[in-house]
Amino acid sequence: MNLATLSASYLRARPLNTALSLILLALGVGTIVLLVLVVSQLEERMQRDARGIDLVVGAKGSPMQLILSGIYHADAPTGNIPLAEARALAKHRLIKRAIPLALGDGWKGYRIVGAGHEYVELYGARLAAGRLWQKPMEAVLGAEVAARTGVGVGVRFAGSHGVTGQGEEHGAAPYDVVGVLGRTGSVLDRLVLTSIESVWQVHEEEHGPADEADRKALEEDREVTVLLVQYASPLAAATLPRQINSKSELQAASPAYETARLFRIVGVGVEALRAFAVVLILAAGLSVFIALYTALEERRYDLAVMRTLGASPGKLFGLLLTEGIVLAIVGAVIGLALGHALASALGVWLESQQQYPVTGLEWRPEELWLVVVALGVGVVAALLPAWRAYRTDVSRTLAQG
Amino acid sequence: MPSNGMISVKGLAHRYGSTEVLRLPEWNVAQGERWLVLGPSGCGKTTLLHVLAGLIRPSEGEVEVSGESLRKIDGARLDRWRGATVGIVLQALHLMRHLSVRDNLRLAQYMARAAQDDARITETLGALGVADKAMRRPADLSEGERQRVAVARAVVNRPKLLLADEPTANLDDAAAARAADLLVEQAERHGATLVVATHDARVKQKFEKRLDLSA
Repeated sequence: MNLATLSASYLRARPLNTALSLILLALGVGTIVLLVLVVSQLEERMQRDARGIDLVVGAKGSPMQLILSGIYHADAPTGNIPLAEARALAKHRLIKRAIPLALGDGWKGYRIVGAGHEYVELYGARLAAGRLWQKPMEAVLGAEVAARTGVGVGVRFAGSHGVTGQGEEHGAAPYDVVGVLGRTGSVLDRLVLTSIESVWQVHEEEHGPADEADRKALEEDREVTVLLVQYASPLAAATLPRQINSKSELQAASPAYETARLFRIVGVGVEALRAFAVVLILAAGLSVFIALYTALEERRYDLAVMRTLGASPGKLFGLLLTEGIVLAIVGAVIGLALGHALASALGVWLESQQQYPVTGLEWRPEELWLVVVALGVGVVAALLPAWRAYRTDVSRTLAQG
Repeated sequence: MPSNGMISVKGLAHRYGSTEVLRLPEWNVAQGERWLVLGPSGCGKTTLLHVLAGLIRPSEGEVEVSGESLRKIDGARLDRWRGATVGIVLQALHLMRHLSVRDNLRLAQYMARAAQDDARITETLGALGVADKAMRRPADLSEGERQRVAVARAVVNRPKLLLADEPTANLDDAAAARAADLLVEQAERHGATLVVATHDARVKQKFEKRLDLSA
């Protein structure tokens, strides 16, 4: 027997009060854990996806939309830009590298991205099977696309217009899967990659060029959707976006700035949830206090008897404090488990929606702080009841009964 | 105080506010003696027991128990002394209802900082004929069994002084006689000095020494 087992037996003797305190604390802690996990993982993944990309250049429109569609493939593109202009810009002396992407088609809800091999290098992806695309109409699947569709090298599929998979099928121009990429933990896992020429070809064949003159006209009109730009020098950040934005047809957006803006917008909701969770934890503290304090009345004989058995007042103080601490620790542990379970469930759901994945198997240092805060709440809630236990007048209590 | 003295009281008085609840000019108890403290309700019997257990610091007078002057020790040392020296059977028993019989005795060992000794608990319960109730809660026991457990809890740490407050109140004649026998028997078994406070005339003949506080 020790203070922990003794306080546990008292907590078990009041199952409803104990359960209420534990549920409130676990809900509060669990909510915060879920927020911490989701927000930090989202931030991390978005940073990873934007690594090496200083600027996204595309058609005029919302800069956030340009970033979301150009880097994260999570929104509709703002439109296309002429290939000639993209090529001219790529030669700018402040630009070290420019990766053009052609977007617009999808397959089973996954986006088909026309790009050069440098797009694969940007994320450091390796082939898990087959080879990269060499000719038009050859496709390489991201790891998750391959895993979830069950499609591998050698399979032929037809893309469809639009990214949702609901648009008309480009049946006349099917793709051949020639390779599958290994998992990178980046947006690449959820993409179907092909050459830019494939995307052009799919759309040109739809319109069916009649003769050589037509083909020439089509080629002159060729477009790309976005240009992912890496600066040659940090100086570029100061001048290049302004230069590009002043040109009428092009828009340049900074991923760092736009994602920060996005998180500020999302942050309001996150803060509101966090405040709600803090209220839950405070309510848990109140519940612990009320449970311990009201139980003092029925426990006064027990406390007095413990003194007759040789317990010091400090021991009784310690007993009540331990009850607060045990509640806090158990509540926090249930809360941590709940938060991670919810994050895992959310992850399964998001994955089925082909969205950003979230995992509950990751631990964050903030969670340790959460346990410390829960402990603090338990201790503070138990202080006054513990003080009253400390002050128990043994002789008078026993004389009453 | 004689060399085999257990209790020595001189000029003891205790007041709550201006009301005197106990006055005892002199009282000496030798080791191993069995005393009955008599008197009607409110004459200070319980107060005297609490003084002897170091639960109350008396307003006046000197009290020595087992060679310790209770005026000279205080705080946690007094609590430790009580746990090691005194066993108390309370009138309302006050067993911990959330704990099993075994854990009630273990609690006594834990609070007295004695070793938590299951063999000793079994032996103590066995000597009182309630070893088979070890895993039960007090609520599952009969009144007589609960009384035995309360006595077991008081003697499990082998106290030098065993105190009992109205142990026979609310018991019928036969039960009262058994309760008194039990205390005497257990005090003898552990070589403890026994002081029983009661207003119950039925148990008088079982004790050779009597202190009448109503006098």
